[in-house]
Amino acid sequence: MPRFWVVGEANVDGSIAKISTEVATLARSLAADAGAPDDIAGIVVAADPARAARELAAFVPRVLAVADPTAEGHAWAVPTAESVAAIVNEDADGIALIGAGPDGRDVAGTLAALTGRGVLANAVGVRWDGRLVVEMSAFGGNMVTAEPLGSAGEVVDHAPAAEPTLPRVIVRESVAEAGAAVPIEEARIIVSGGRGIGGPDGFELVRDLASELGGAVGATRAAVDSGWIPYSQQIGQTGKIVKPQLYLALGISGAIQHKVGMQTAETIIAVNRDPDAPISEFADLLVVGDLFEVGRALLVALRGRSG
Amino acid sequence: MHIVVLTKPVPDPAAAAERLGPDLRLDRAASPAVVNGNDEYALEAALKLMEAHGGEVTILTMAPPNATDTMRKALAMGATRGVLVTDPALAGSCVRSTDEVLAAALRELTYDLVFSGFDTSDGNAGVVGAAIAARLRLPYLSNAAKIEPDPEAGVVRVRRITATGYDLLEAPMPALVVCTQVLGEPRYPSLKGIMAARSKEIATRSVADLGLEGAVGGAVATTAVLDSQKPASRGATRVVRGTAEDGAREIVELLESRRIV
Repeated sequence: MPRFWVVGEANVDGSIAKISTEVATLARSLAADAGAPDDIAGIVVAADPARAARELAAFVPRVLAVADPTAEGHAWAVPTAESVAAIVNEDADGIALIGAGPDGRDVAGTLAALTGRGVLANAVGVRWDGRLVVEMSAFGGNMVTAEPLGSAGEVVDHAPAAEPTLPRVIVRESVAEAGAAVPIEEARIIVSGGRGIGGPDGFELVRDLASELGGAVGATRAAVDSGWIPYSQQIGQTGKIVKPQLYLALGISGAIQHKVGMQTAETIIAVNRDPDAPISEFADLLVVGDLFEVGRALLVALRGRSG
Repeated sequence: MHIVVLTKPVPDPAAAAERLGPDLRLDRAASPAVVNGNDEYALEAALKLMEAHGGEVTILTMAPPNATDTMRKALAMGATRGVLVTDPALAGSCVRSTDEVLAAALRELTYDLVFSGFDTSDGNAGVVGAAIAARLRLPYLSNAAKIEPDPEAGVVRVRRITATGYDLLEAPMPALVVCTQVLGEPRYPSLKGIMAARSKEIATRSVADLGLEGAVGGAVATTAVLDSQKPASRGATRVVRGTAEDGAREIVELLESRRIV
């Protein structure tokens, strides 16, 4: 019976979520360190799990595909947690891993109650040291590199939890909104705007830079509270916690409440008028100047480079 | 409409003095306590619904005995009464104990809706709401940007923020809803509210009152803090002044040297 279980999340089109491939890669190294490289499997719960299960099997040797019709048309986390609980409960030492996005949190909380096991959220580092050891900062968020196996693993059909005991919540309608192309939890690069952006129009430049760099758009609480950008993009102590490879901060002073959401980014570059802003103490590079002038010049430089 | 709002006292993030004590538990004496910011948004949403539909708002807190100070602030915003679960055995509780205790306290209350904040600024886990809903077998509606109860139909409709937009969820009441800041800024307590809060009831419950002796708390925690360290220093910041083009060139050079582009 596998010791490490990776809970796979599917995208709207049925493909595997990028964050799940990253979690699977991490789980594989944990299983190897635990001396049990084969004790690992994925679980995908969906109305039609075939594609996501097949794609996850590129990362782990075995994937259980659970076809649960209630996973469609209903909030996904609860039926998923029920099926995962039934599988994980067969093994007293089993460890389930899931990405720390909003759906992952919902699954983790439900699963914790159904199994009575401990839960560690927002891990920034996970290792095996005779037992599971997780680094969390009060201020976590996790991003690891995804790396497929040499050969694809097998996909095994698995029945959903026999008796659903938790109520299903109906999804009456799903609405897609523009501007949320890359979820910020998954982004390798985040271009973020603060109060210095000055208004909703200013975020056009932030979006252009994010698009040119292949990244996502983030924001401070001040920018979100001003209504310039949706709450889903908020980073900080009262928003999301991220750990991208690059955090490009435009017009962000770097107050502590924002800092805790992004301080573990690998590279932090700031553009700010104020050379003494708090971000000057923890950025790798601070360009002192007008964010619109520097931002537009950067856009030109990046486009010239790729052209 | 009876709504229970889960509220937690946390170290004031604005004081920026949050730290762990020598026992690796949160040092609550190091910073002034405030109501967790995201819980205030949940409370505000509950108060608006109470004003629209009538009814009551109860705040439910699990914390040390002096939490009554921060609970008075939530009562001053307009909550009807408070329930404080407090017990020396609960120090060092993990997520499992927390959700078990709060679920047990909710079993003693009557409600149409339970609201929790998105997460807490000291723990950041954001999973307790889901766990409580599962324990009580309540419909679970998370990431709410809009909450519309329909008392006549006995259902609640929630606009849930998703990675790509939003979903419209519907479930029978009672149900548990996780609130976000999109629901609207919390109000400041009025002078009248502060005066009224002094005489509002705060009932207390112990672990034994809830029938959970020996089952919850630091002694039976499922997780433990092993160590606490400051993040590694990032090294010196390179500061660039000059024209916008100079700045842009410096940025591109750094991105190239670190193989980001």
